[in-house]
Amino acid sequence: MTRKQRRLVLIGTGLGVLALAAVLVLSALRDSIVFFNSPTDVVEKQVKPGTRIRLGGLVQPGSLDRKDLNARFEVTDGKTAIQVSYTGILPDLFREGQGVIAEGTLIDGKAFRADSVLAKHDETYMPKEVADALKKQGHWKEDYEAKGGATAQKP
Amino acid sequence: MIAEIGHYALVLALGLALIQGSVPVVGARLRDRALMDVADISALAQFAFVAISFAALTALYVSSDFSVLNVFENSHSAKPLIYKLTGVWGNHEGSMLLWVLILSIFGAFVAMFGSNLPETLRANVLAVQSWIAAAFYLFILFTSNPFARLPQAPAEGRDLNPILQDIGLAVHPPLLYLGYVGFSISFSFAVAALIEGRIDAAWARWVRPWTLAAWMFLTLGIAMGSYWAYYELGWGGWWFWDPVENASLMPWIAGTALLHSAVVMEKRDALKVWTVLLSILTFSLSLLGTFLVRSGVLTSVHTFASDPTRGVFILAILVVFIGGALALYAWRAPLLKRGGIFAPVSREGALVLNNLLLTTALATVFVGTLYPLALEALTGDKISVGAPFFNATFGPLMVPLLLAVPFGPLLAWKRGDLLGAAQRLMVAFGGGLVAIAVTFAVVRGGPVLAPFAIGLAAYVMIGALVDLAERAQLLRLPLTTSLRRMRGLPRSAFGTALAHFGLGVCLLGIVGESSYNAEQIVAMKPGQSVTLRDYNVTFDGLVSRPGPNYRELVARFVVRRNGDIIGTLEPSKRSFAARGMATSEAALLTRGFSQIYISLGDPGADSTISVRLYHKPLVLLIWIGSVIMVLGGALSLSDRRLRVGAPKPAKKAALQAAE
Repeated sequence: MTRKQRRLVLIGTGLGVLALAAVLVLSALRDSIVFFNSPTDVVEKQVKPGTRIRLGGLVQPGSLDRKDLNARFEVTDGKTAIQVSYTGILPDLFREGQGVIAEGTLIDGKAFRADSVLAKHDETYMPKEVADALKKQGHWKEDYEAKGGATAQKP
Repeated sequence: MIAEIGHYALVLALGLALIQGSVPVVGARLRDRALMDVADISALAQFAFVAISFAALTALYVSSDFSVLNVFENSHSAKPLIYKLTGVWGNHEGSMLLWVLILSIFGAFVAMFGSNLPETLRANVLAVQSWIAAAFYLFILFTSNPFARLPQAPAEGRDLNPILQDIGLAVHPPLLYLGYVGFSISFSFAVAALIEGRIDAAWARWVRPWTLAAWMFLTLGIAMGSYWAYYELGWGGWWFWDPVENASLMPWIAGTALLHSAVVMEKRDALKVWTVLLSILTFSLSLLGTFLVRSGVLTSVHTFASDPTRGVFILAILVVFIGGALALYAWRAPLLKRGGIFAPVSREGALVLNNLLLTTALATVFVGTLYPLALEALTGDKISVGAPFFNATFGPLMVPLLLAVPFGPLLAWKRGDLLGAAQRLMVAFGGGLVAIAVTFAVVRGGPVLAPFAIGLAAYVMIGALVDLAERAQLLRLPLTTSLRRMRGLPRSAFGTALAHFGLGVCLLGIVGESSYNAEQIVAMKPGQSVTLRDYNVTFDGLVSRPGPNYRELVARFVVRRNGDIIGTLEPSKRSFAARGMATSEAALLTRGFSQIYISLGDPGADSTISVRLYHKPLVLLIWIGSVIMVLGGALSLSDRRLRVGAPKPAKKAALQAAE
């Protein structure tokens, strides 16, 4: 084999692997990404029932109904609220009035079936997506910022 | 006073870094030894000043000086001493201080142990190190000063996030940073080589131990972080493909590729341009990881309270260093002379394939991690890319790599014999097939592909051993002769075999856990029991116990197998008064390499409690395999060849023949 042929083999293999990777990435991006929506987005964008989404907002105070492993609560962004049902163990930091992200499928415009519920690892923060959604609806309050802590209190 | 000393020491370190970043470069240019020697002294002095600064912050934490903002926000007088110490880096400012401390340690190491380096190279390397250090000192001083005082000292602090109050915080961040920051050395060597426009096999021999050491720390750091997440977060998961985890995985993959390409460069003087590029990329990915985690663009357990100026600052550091290094590369790399040629089927070819697959896999992780950020910036759409994406992209690319791993060491340099290698790997193929058959016969359930993955793991493990057996001519020569040959092998041969074996072990654990995991989520009353595979778990009852700075609700479970008690488990829920926050502490029962895992949900009425129970087969092998990989690295590092440093070019041929 000449030096040129060797280089061709190398470049050919390289391009082959890259093409394979590109195909894998593109097909995976089509199938396995999940969009984040606030309750208002769900209504406004008319997200189809059965779509897998991440739903984020605040847990409506007074809406949590928990019986053993079955929990029902409302997720709100101040304008729209969606009923979420979930079976399993809620995270330690799940609380009414706190930010939450639920991943699952939409049953219809008003109800959502979650298969995982995420709260944050630290009580002082709001998930960034949730904070943005609340800001958009004009329901961002300064006390969230104050809870956001550190930076607001710097002398 | 202590805070001011710490702050001032850091300012002095910055001053030194600026001197060290300029004077030695001029010295190297003018070949002025006095100017070049400035680098050594100032690297040691920089380390001393950063150490003073770090010690000052530690002292503030230990004495609970709440007049310092950082201590007030992240500590509490009732916190156990160990968490006062580890809490120093359990926050943004302190963790950046740890970052520069480790950077200065590496700088000092080069100054102390780099006496066998050519003077100009050493001066340039230390100068480049110092540029990085200066950028991060500026970052700390301007955006993340850990020594900022409060106008009035509060009586009590706000405590450390309880999730971080764990021994994991003592282990995971320092190891991870040793890895991240350790790659700065190969980066500095690469940039210094580009500045000099000269690079040879000896360069690779100097860079390899540093890269290997950094890689070992990063491997351990990631593994320990994974185990920590596994037992602390209570979900039983050990890897979530979270962007923050990916941020550490990317430099690891690049570092692994670099380790392998540096071998080619050292032994065959080939792949020089590529190796230099990889050195730059690896540290760039470490910087990117620092940016992703520290800037607050992602929220996770790693992101402490953050403000946007920091993100912009780190982004600027990122752009200057990565952009600068790549520009220098584009300009100077053509000066580097090309080295030895090789056939596609050869040891070099195998290592090129390794690099090709690793960097492609790296690219898929990169896309999956950054695509959501890019999409949000461009369209405002928020998406999450999770495990399904990575399983569908990273996974398939790993299969050919794992198939190729045992071949690499069996192929000769320059021109290899693929068929011969395949013949020698017959034992490994056979072992893999047996493993597949046994898994199909014995284990019920699980995905159809799982037995094949187990077979692949067995093949990788046996293949690693075949390499050693072949080198010793085991079974072909009398046993005593073989053993003598075995003893004569260089340690790096054992290192390679051990690291590859560890890879197989790790894969076995990953497949076992992810394919045959059994899970139950139930609400249990005292006296009630559930069956999990062959185990019967009975809930005894709840007790409340005080801890040093929390109260915990402990649930007692008795585990039986065939009626015999094999252990009790006591998972708990802890509530921390200082932050009004609760954490779950999972309880683990180890059986061989498998574990039974119980974590608690919320208690309900009349002592009912929701419980998550898992049986995780072979899960421990994930971390044991990682540790074996690290041991392999350590063996390689102790090889005489690396300890004695670079030989003179004339000796090179002789050394190669000896192997």
